Amino acid sequence: MTALLCLLIAVLTATSVWLMLSRSLVRFLFALVLVSNVANLVIFVGGGLEPLAPALVDTAQPDLVMANPLPQALVLTAIVIGFGLVAFMLVLALSSWKVFRTVDIDQMRFAEPEPDEATTSQLEEPRA
Amino acid sequence: MNSVVLTTVARLLVGVMLLFSLFLLWRGHNEPGGGFIGGLVAAAAFVVYTLATSPREARALLHADPGLVAVIGLAIATASGLLSALAGKAFLSGLWVFLGASETSKGLALGTPLIFDLGVYLAVVGGVAAMVLALEESES
Amino acid sequence: MSWLPVACLLTPLLTAVAVFGSPRNRKLRGLLSIGGAVVLLLLAIWQLMRVSSAGALVVQPGGWKAPFGITLVADNLAAMLVLATAAIAVAITSFALHDIDEFRAEAGFDGFVHVVLTGVVGAFLTGDVFNLYVWFEVMLIGSFALMTLGAGKRQLDGAVKYIALNLVSTVLMLTAIGLLHGLAGTLNLADLHQVMAARENDSLALVVGALFLVAFGIKAAIFPVFSWLPASYHTVPITVSALFAALMTKVGIYALLRIGTLVFGMELASAASLMMALAVLTLLMGVAGALAETSLRRLAAWQVMISVGFLLLGVALGTPAGLAAALFYFVHGMLAKAALLLIIGLGERVGMAERLAESGGVAQLKPWLAAAYLFTALSLAGIPPTAGFWAKLAFVEAGLGADAGTAGTVLIVALVVASLLGLLPLMRIWNEAFCKPSPAGFAPAAPGQVPIHTPSASIFALVSLVGVSALIGIWPTLLHSLAEAAAVGISTPAEYVQVVLGIKPEAGS
Repeated sequence: MTALLCLLIAVLTATSVWLMLSRSLVRFLFALVLVSNVANLVIFVGGGLEPLAPALVDTAQPDLVMANPLPQALVLTAIVIGFGLVAFMLVLALSSWKVFRTVDIDQMRFAEPEPDEATTSQLEEPRA
Repeated sequence: MNSVVLTTVARLLVGVMLLFSLFLLWRGHNEPGGGFIGGLVAAAAFVVYTLATSPREARALLHADPGLVAVIGLAIATASGLLSALAGKAFLSGLWVFLGASETSKGLALGTPLIFDLGVYLAVVGGVAAMVLALEESES
Repeated sequence: MSWLPVACLLTPLLTAVAVFGSPRNRKLRGLLSIGGAVVLLLLAIWQLMRVSSAGALVVQPGGWKAPFGITLVADNLAAMLVLATAAIAVAITSFALHDIDEFRAEAGFDGFVHVVLTGVVGAFLTGDVFNLYVWFEVMLIGSFALMTLGAGKRQLDGAVKYIALNLVSTVLMLTAIGLLHGLAGTLNLADLHQVMAARENDSLALVVGALFLVAFGIKAAIFPVFSWLPASYHTVPITVSALFAALMTKVGIYALLRIGTLVFGMELASAASLMMALAVLTLLMGVAGALAETSLRRLAAWQVMISVGFLLLGVALGTPAGLAAALFYFVHGMLAKAALLLIIGLGERVGMAERLAESGGVAQLKPWLAAAYLFTALSLAGIPPTAGFWAKLAFVEAGLGADAGTAGTVLIVALVVASLLGLLPLMRIWNEAFCKPSPAGFAPAAPGQVPIHTPSASIFALVSLVGVSALIGIWPTLLHSLAEAAAVGISTPAEYVQVVLGIKPEAGS
């Protein structure tokens, strides 16, 4: 089970890295969804998916099987936060599309204009 | 969305989902459920209603500004943690009242974690509703 | 038990709630926000006094004992940084009163500022790695909102880059935490210190440490992963720029410092040369960026990177004196960066333009603003008797220390080179924006014409920042002793462990 999950983590990570390297913001969004699931899976595998070490069990019932609740709490928190962030990123991608009419990162050069543009306009300016 | 099936079913579904969300909220302390899950189910009900009718009608259903609902939820959750200061305990400590407790049963256990969960419930409903409404209204 | 750390955490949170819940009135919300910041400042002063006289304050919310529950720890370091944050908060919220437009204020700008503050204070106070992640998220969500509020093309573009890279860093941090939990079985920092100190020659820990380094490195804008900073900081309103410049990257450095010393004490020593290389490269990159920059606000963004480089120098040196120097610079950098941005914000009303070449005449129109700039620039450059001089003196002393070795020499050379070269862009701002004649449209007011009015709240914000900075310059002993106490605290984690867990740590750890 653990080996299978590790394989899944590897495949998902590779996929999301490939998606992230693309210039499209939408693909980046998908990569983010995948990679935040990777993080959750890592917590799960790292925390021991099988109920190996009972965390809080009544000493009177030593045979009571109980999973470690901490990784589950961590994953739940991470899912909640991840959900919120992905939703935010989705809205951001949507408004980028509306404003820029493109989701190609290379064409989004408003905050940092092309360097040659900047230098030429600077050269044109008369020095005081 | 213009679908007779959806609008008809949505009105039935919304009530059931809201009831179920309250049920989840209530059982949350000892069993699967709680403020967050309950809030998400309630928010899902709200989303179904928004899709079936219109953002305007959905706002009317909620009666209050969704952002304000979320803020009130946050305030309730924080206040529930501060209540323990009155009892001289650590922040967020649970305070419990056992109604009708007897030797054999704990009776009805009411405590500050329920208030905290209620705050979370409101925060989630308000937050998700605010996001969905903002998205839906920007579409039209 | 003490409620002070909880109170410090809840004050900005409740202020945010109050702002979001209040009527959409710009004035009312601004005053609420300033009030919250002032309360935070008073609480933070009280907390620091308590901590430095009676030792670290530890809170176990919910009454859960230390390794199981989430712990809040206000030690010397955390208390000092919370106070610095609160001081910045008062200045920034006062400045926001007149800088933020109606639209942003109605959308809850002041509330989001306090959400960011909640995250920053929480990150400083928490004693739990996962909780640190949660506070980072709170801070990020607030900063995302500030980044995107009222988006024009430029701002939206900057926001996309800022948010995308920060989300990647967040995921890396979460992965590292998951692996760390798998490795140690605990997430409490004090408990982690015990567990990790018992492990030896641990390649797994090295991997986790590297993940943390990259994650916090992105947040702190360290050399190879800094590109989001100059891409985004100049696109937002100046209040937001100042808030981010003073706080955001610093929290990344703080996390690096805290986790590095407590969890990876051993591994950090083996990574010291890597850290030193990163510090020097960050510093040189920041200086090179500032030298080549033609845009005023982006020049300020590069200045933020320079201060990250200086901080990292002290962290990489790792000796108590080096850490003390870094912490002194930490506070000085926060004040000076915020002041620099506020000066640019005020200057933009009287002749500073986006392009340095198109600015001018500020000294003629607002001589006091020029004085404030001159002081801040001298402080950034490290010329006596400013706070920056004492910070750099502390760095040099740490570098000459017997325990510093060759790393100390590297530190001193990097410091001197970066300080000298870093002076040039600051002088260029002085020449171009202040001394040159005014550009068209900003000509000095003719007799009888009303001069450009500067609101008193904005002046208060700037004067308080510059004033505190000047006080540190005149009387550096207080901050120095605080920084030293904090540095001793983090270089001897045994004390921290003992306070949090209430037990004596095993010998040798």
